[in-house]
Amino acid sequence: MQTTAEQQPADPGIVGRGAREAARLTRSWFTSLTEAAQRGQGAAYVFVMGSMTEVLMAFDFPIVFPEVTALQTAVRGTSEEYLKLAEDYGFSPDICGYVKADVAMFLRGGEHPMGKMPKAAIGITTNACNTYFKWAEIWERLHQAPVVTIDVPGERADRTQSQRGDHQYAYELAYVVGQVKELIEHLEAQTGKRFDIDRFREHLRNTDEMNAYYGKVLALNARTPAVFNVVTDGLAYLGMVNCFRGTKEGATYFRELYEEMEYRSRVGIGALTRVNGKDVQLEQRFRLGFRGVPCYPIIRGFNEMFSDWGGIFVVSSYLTLASGGMSVRHEHDLANPIESYAEGILRQIREVQTGVLFDMPDVEGRDSSFNLDGVVYHGIKSCRTSTACLADRRFHSGEEGLPILLLESDLIDPRAVSKAQMKNRVDAFFEGLISRQQRQRAHG
Amino acid sequence: MTPKTAVFDGWRGKGLEEILATCRELVEDPTYPTVKAWRTQGGKVAGHFQVYFPEEIAHAGGLLPVKVRGGQTDGVAVSQHFGSYLCSIIKTSVDIALSKNLELDMFVTHPICDGARNMAGIWGRNFPYKSQLLHLPQNPNTKAAVPFLAEEYRRLAQDVERVGGARVTEDALRASLVLYNRSRALMRDVYRIRRDTPWKLSADESMALVGMAGFLPREEWIALLEAVLPMLRDRPASRQDRMRVVFEGGFCETPPFDLLQAISRACYVVDDDLFIGLRWIVEDVPTGGDPFEALACAYVHQSSYSAVQHDAKKPKEKMLLERVKAAEAEAVILAAAKMCEPGLDEQVAYAKALDAHKIPYFVSEFEENQTTFEDIVLQMETFVENVMFQ
Repeated sequence: MQTTAEQQPADPGIVGRGAREAARLTRSWFTSLTEAAQRGQGAAYVFVMGSMTEVLMAFDFPIVFPEVTALQTAVRGTSEEYLKLAEDYGFSPDICGYVKADVAMFLRGGEHPMGKMPKAAIGITTNACNTYFKWAEIWERLHQAPVVTIDVPGERADRTQSQRGDHQYAYELAYVVGQVKELIEHLEAQTGKRFDIDRFREHLRNTDEMNAYYGKVLALNARTPAVFNVVTDGLAYLGMVNCFRGTKEGATYFRELYEEMEYRSRVGIGALTRVNGKDVQLEQRFRLGFRGVPCYPIIRGFNEMFSDWGGIFVVSSYLTLASGGMSVRHEHDLANPIESYAEGILRQIREVQTGVLFDMPDVEGRDSSFNLDGVVYHGIKSCRTSTACLADRRFHSGEEGLPILLLESDLIDPRAVSKAQMKNRVDAFFEGLISRQQRQRAHG
Repeated sequence: MTPKTAVFDGWRGKGLEEILATCRELVEDPTYPTVKAWRTQGGKVAGHFQVYFPEEIAHAGGLLPVKVRGGQTDGVAVSQHFGSYLCSIIKTSVDIALSKNLELDMFVTHPICDGARNMAGIWGRNFPYKSQLLHLPQNPNTKAAVPFLAEEYRRLAQDVERVGGARVTEDALRASLVLYNRSRALMRDVYRIRRDTPWKLSADESMALVGMAGFLPREEWIALLEAVLPMLRDRPASRQDRMRVVFEGGFCETPPFDLLQAISRACYVVDDDLFIGLRWIVEDVPTGGDPFEALACAYVHQSSYSAVQHDAKKPKEKMLLERVKAAEAEAVILAAAKMCEPGLDEQVAYAKALDAHKIPYFVSEFEENQTTFEDIVLQMETFVENVMFQ
């Protein structure tokens, strides 16, 4: 059952603004990269988890997120040709599809569905994903560009996270601070520019504002109705949080997005989808958590398998992971910006790792504040980081846990996506949820 | 308590061939009888996943460090715990523990790859003892790496103390460094024989000998090697006209013995990266000063290379070329375990570098549970003939 947005209280003109602005800003971001490529300007290649954007912007680097451009190949239906090109170059069918799409883009002179990528002048990698290291080493070889690493210690064992004031926290922070300072020294030496700490502060201020509003937007989905779908709308927010991190546009975007979403939550306008050119509200019979990485080759179709049954994804691990931990609140101490920045990296990246390795109770727990009816685990061939633990997590969820659906496909390789098989399993999952609801009603 | 009785002395009084066969049987045996013997005597066990682990710290606390490195299992116990897209060693390692063939008192894994670090959570959900990551720095190029790692080693030592009940004092750790320095020297001797007189020790036999260090008390392993090395030097084997090759790609999951044996029939495997974690530190670790810092420093600065350590000072293809040159090899077998992302990624870089240096190579994938080798042996023989008759 869907209802049109027009049936809701008067719209002050902001409903749908977040989606429109995200589309506009995404186009402008890709255009800026194409222009940089045309000028022959070298870019900083970074990953979404630990991008170090605020430092790099202080040195005027255009910033390329190869994960974002790689996923665009799948969304635009062209990923297979990129993957095959990289496989012809020598890469195995069994490695990360993002890596191969990026290699293929390099082999095609930077061409991708949204324009052209500039070549790398520097690469930054973190340990948030181990494949990042192998990928960054490929940049070193293909682009002949230096790579700087920021290694961030995560939680070592379940529920043992170090805290401010601990000896362990102190030595972890010292390790990250040392690396951030060396990154700045490296950039000064490479560019011949002095690090402008006031510009850096300005970027941190913008990031702080984004961070505050991003967290607030995510939290709104704990209410009913959920105001956005994490596996469709949420992906646009991820694009903004990564590509506009540290910028005025980014800060404005999330402030205004919160304004829209808070209004919608207050007046009861839930997540929207476009049908025949109109915004219509998605039916919300089942509130679902999502763990894993989206299935970009069939991103709309994937969601429709669930929305056709009234399922809505209200919370996901992906909006924490792929935002580099932006969902974790960290306000920078602008009087002590470098150390405070390093501490933010430590706290946010280790939160990403904790979620991957140990626990994300809000995404998959019965006691989640998002009031979940079930959880979908999407394991993918490309990513052992997010996939390796899924079957074991399901095994241990037990009778007391939420119903879990485990699907396997890929994030960009259409050859690993079997839509019909997935749909069969999704249908069976919902039949189980309905039967469960009926049993619960029968037992009061 | 540390057991006093030897857990493996069946080799004493035996000839070389029999010792080598027994070692292979033990390395292949997923039931770990010598570890069971250790536990029967009240000994505690620290299991550590591939690749490198500072065994000295566990040893100094009286624990038996045991390398968890998969094996040939039926996979029944573990089948519900993993999906499709994962290398075999992760699955079989958990399988061996779930089927109680290997019982531990603590488990340590490392952030070497996405599968390995996930084991901290997976192991922790399935077993009652502490499962953790030891954060070996993935940025060994920062000045902050050694101080960080020394602190991380001290943190690990506290966990070892909690399990073993004995303090890991600096003196105890220094004594362990001395012992393991001796062990490292013996491993270098094994590989020296491989390089200088490969007809006396094949790759599979070498893997059996070195692999024993992964689960025998190190004192016993040293005694074994001190007896075996002279026998190897005196082995009445004669040189044959075979190509010298380096085997690269067995740094974590290891190929089946039968596969290595088949390769060794076609050529001399004069160097490899099998069990490289046991040989990671390539020189003696200094025993004066702070032993935690010395061990950390050795990990960063006195170490080998592998696809799972990101180190800007050790580009892998350059390191492979150095290995080939040092071993006077004519060709390379570029192997990778199936579904091993780091290994498969590295194959491409290695292949490009070998192409550039006109060094012949043979690309292959393997799996520890593999049981048929006809195709790979045929391809390997064709490759050898091609190279030798070019």
